[in-house]
Amino acid sequence: MSLVAPRSVRRPLPRWVEIAVLPLVNVALAFLVVGIIARTIGVDSFHALKLLLVGAFGSSESIGYTLYYATNFIFTGLAVAVAFHAGLFNIGGEGQAYIGGLGCGLAVLALDRYLPGPLVIVLAILAAAAFGAAWAAVPAWMQAWRGSHIVITTIMFNFVASALMVYLMVNVLIAPGSMTAQSRGFAESASLPSMQAVLKSIGIAVAPSALNLAFVLALLSSVAVWIFLWRTSWGYALRTMGHNAEAAIYAGTSIRRMTMLAMCLSGALAGGVAVNELLGVHHRIVLDFPAGYGFAGIAVALMGRSHPLGIVLAALLFGALQQGGAELSFEIPAMTREMVVVIQGLVILFCGALAHLPRPWLQALFGRRG
Amino acid sequence: MQSLTAAAAAIELRGIDKSFGAVHAVRGVSLAIPRGSITGIVGENGAGKSTLMSILYGLYRADAGQILIDDRPVDMASPRDAIAHGIGMVHQHFMLVDTFTVLENLVLGAEGGPLLAGGFAAARAELTRLGQEYGLTVDPDARIADLSVGEQQRVEILKVLFRGARMLILDEPSAVLTPQETDRLFEILKSLRARGVTVVLITHKLREIMAVADRVIVMRQGAVVAERRTTETSTGELAELMVGRKIRLDLDKAPAVHGQTMLAARDLSLVDRRGVRLLNGVDLELRAGEIVGIAGVSGNGQTELLQVLSGIRPPTAGQLEVCGRVIDPAHPIDPAEMRALGLAHVPEDRLRQGLVAAFEASETSILGYQDQPPYCRNHLLDVPAVDKHCAELMRRFDVRPQTPGLRSSHFSGGNQQKLILAREMSRLPKVLLVGQPTRGVDIGAIEFIHRELVKSRDVGCAILVVSVELEEILSLADRILVMSGGRIIGEVAADQADERVLGRMMADA
Ligand SMILES: Nc1ncnc2c1ncn2[C@@H]1O[C@H](COP(=O)(O)OP(=O)(O)OP(=O)(O)O)[C@@H](O)[C@H]1O
Ligand SMILES: [Mg+2]
Repeated sequence: MSLVAPRSVRRPLPRWVEIAVLPLVNVALAFLVVGIIARTIGVDSFHALKLLLVGAFGSSESIGYTLYYATNFIFTGLAVAVAFHAGLFNIGGEGQAYIGGLGCGLAVLALDRYLPGPLVIVLAILAAAAFGAAWAAVPAWMQAWRGSHIVITTIMFNFVASALMVYLMVNVLIAPGSMTAQSRGFAESASLPSMQAVLKSIGIAVAPSALNLAFVLALLSSVAVWIFLWRTSWGYALRTMGHNAEAAIYAGTSIRRMTMLAMCLSGALAGGVAVNELLGVHHRIVLDFPAGYGFAGIAVALMGRSHPLGIVLAALLFGALQQGGAELSFEIPAMTREMVVVIQGLVILFCGALAHLPRPWLQALFGRRG
Repeated sequence: MQSLTAAAAAIELRGIDKSFGAVHAVRGVSLAIPRGSITGIVGENGAGKSTLMSILYGLYRADAGQILIDDRPVDMASPRDAIAHGIGMVHQHFMLVDTFTVLENLVLGAEGGPLLAGGFAAARAELTRLGQEYGLTVDPDARIADLSVGEQQRVEILKVLFRGARMLILDEPSAVLTPQETDRLFEILKSLRARGVTVVLITHKLREIMAVADRVIVMRQGAVVAERRTTETSTGELAELMVGRKIRLDLDKAPAVHGQTMLAARDLSLVDRRGVRLLNGVDLELRAGEIVGIAGVSGNGQTELLQVLSGIRPPTAGQLEVCGRVIDPAHPIDPAEMRALGLAHVPEDRLRQGLVAAFEASETSILGYQDQPPYCRNHLLDVPAVDKHCAELMRRFDVRPQTPGLRSSHFSGGNQQKLILAREMSRLPKVLLVGQPTRGVDIGAIEFIHRELVKSRDVGCAILVVSVELEEILSLADRILVMSGGRIIGEVAADQADERVLGRMMADA
């Protein structure tokens, strides 16, 4: 502790306040500021909030879109969290998702004419994970063996990935005769079924949306990440390294190997975005599908306190903002798309950087006599 | 309780009470500390000493009670308040920026304006003054990383005095010091006292209390149980007051029954990247059923020797044979493989190496064994088994509180050490390396740990103990090696050794 310890570290909040109440207060604060801004540009804040909520949750279609966006946020949030538990700051989710898409697409394009659809889908998912992992492995290797800092290299790899994809799409993978830089379409059988189709088959009717089975994969990944981190010896070693590298060395963990493992897992999870976007929605390789989800994953992980459950909840919030925000700007022209980005930014600000702002008040309210 | 001294109290505590959840750490403590005195606080691990001082320093808020400074009640809401009232604290774990110079550390948080130059000049002058006045000399331009532990501690004290402290709290300051450095520290404390500074000293070393303190306060289970003038008490009485029973530190152990050689080092050397020779041709043999002690002034290669013997660092030359496996620069080993061979290691620096502060105690209780059954099968952790294992360790080694779910950093220093020792000893290793086995551990626990080590020896474990406490080496070891400058410079059988003999060997080196 420094000579002047911050007051907040002295009194822990009860766990449930920490996990449930604090984030809610943060979100509420963010919306308070949003409301004030909306007022100043002449929008009725309550009306806007209502539109936002209805836009995100008002119908089965809007819920579908909210969950579809949340799927991407879950994958990238988990990716950031796994690296973070190992003490690594992976800013390269964007590029890893992009290259994951390359792997995913190549697998389908190569196999969809020869193998049965479900098999192609499984192989494509594995390819997305493998390519994402490989793209993360290079910066990991450079840090573990050469000492290049992973924050710098993962950022640079985002640009490399982007340039590489543009080159490949324009020159190599573009569908013959196509005017836009996209690959040929995947075979129908090699697409991830939409949630609407799946629910219909068990007798539940919902409106069509972009939501597809990748959402289930994201939830399963969350459970798997939790089991990995807290219930396996590898996860134990990974967390040990994140907290205290010297203790990890003492325990016999190879820092190099663990850095590789953590980053590869992180990259593989980021590859999930490609599964949702390409296998689930676009059914072809397209440019720019990561669309900032990789970066948003940092905010999602931060807000979810790097815990899979927290990440799922944070991803739902971000998904709802994305979907509700789109509706909002559609209904109220003054709330432009840029305003929606401002709202997202404020949520990130209050849940991330200023996450501990309300702590003293909460401590006064709930602080243990301890 | 009636205060023993009539002198005005610099600090007075009235009815201080503090609980952490179910743990009642401090129970209604009232005491007065006279101005310009050195007061010792002793007590078992977990007695509440550090907590009480943290309350006084504003790090924790008491649940009940009152703090009076110079007879005026004050509200210690944060260390800022404590500093404003002239209280300074030197923690056991130093709070210095390693890459900064002494001067930079000194002005950190007290820069005196946005431009450093003026602050630096003033600080330099003040540093010289303090140095002269209290004999606290350190090179202001040295980098912290290049200073010895004793010098770093002097910087900590200077930092506190620099902020105008008139009352100084030291939490186990001598735990990490060599005897020589401890003597230096005590000279400094005495000169501080001579200039009216009030000193509160927490320590487990009763002889130090007797040597330097005027008065001593004994705590047990969160309460003050006795207060004595040091001239009117003895270490024996203090030990008994602390633990509530008679302590026998003299180990009556049977002569060692030697078995096979379990660990042999031949011409072991370690040269770091800058070319500094840290180990210089160490020859060493460790047989089953014996305790070998390594004595020496700290910083003479003991830390590095433990690192090489435990597989943390590979040797740069020479050979090491452990339980039949040969390790040399071409055939390195890692600590996990060492453990698999049957070697256990209690590291010197428990906070940095031996545990993960943020982990629950149960997680810390399997550090290094996380992929061994019964805690783990097919890489899946068996959480109930881990909890059970931790509870068992806590029961056997009397780790308090016996709560496997508590964060490791929330245990008192001595209890952390007991947990790590328990973890390593419970695996019934063939070779056990122990660095500073009883650093920060109370006198009752020292007795217990020493007996456990001898018990392990008697069932055939080969034990290497590195300690800066000569007394500890003398009572534990069957053979004593003296280390200096990265070499073993001599060997004595325990029955022919005493502090004078060892001291002379260390000095002659
Ligand atoms: N932050 C905390 N949360 C929960 N329990 C705590 C916390 N800090 C201390 N304790 C508990 O309070 C008790 C007193 O601890 P304290 O650190 O004051 O002991 P101590 O006398 O300094 O012991 P030692 O000599 O081992 O350092 C212990 O049982 C400890 O586990
Ligand atoms: Mg303590």
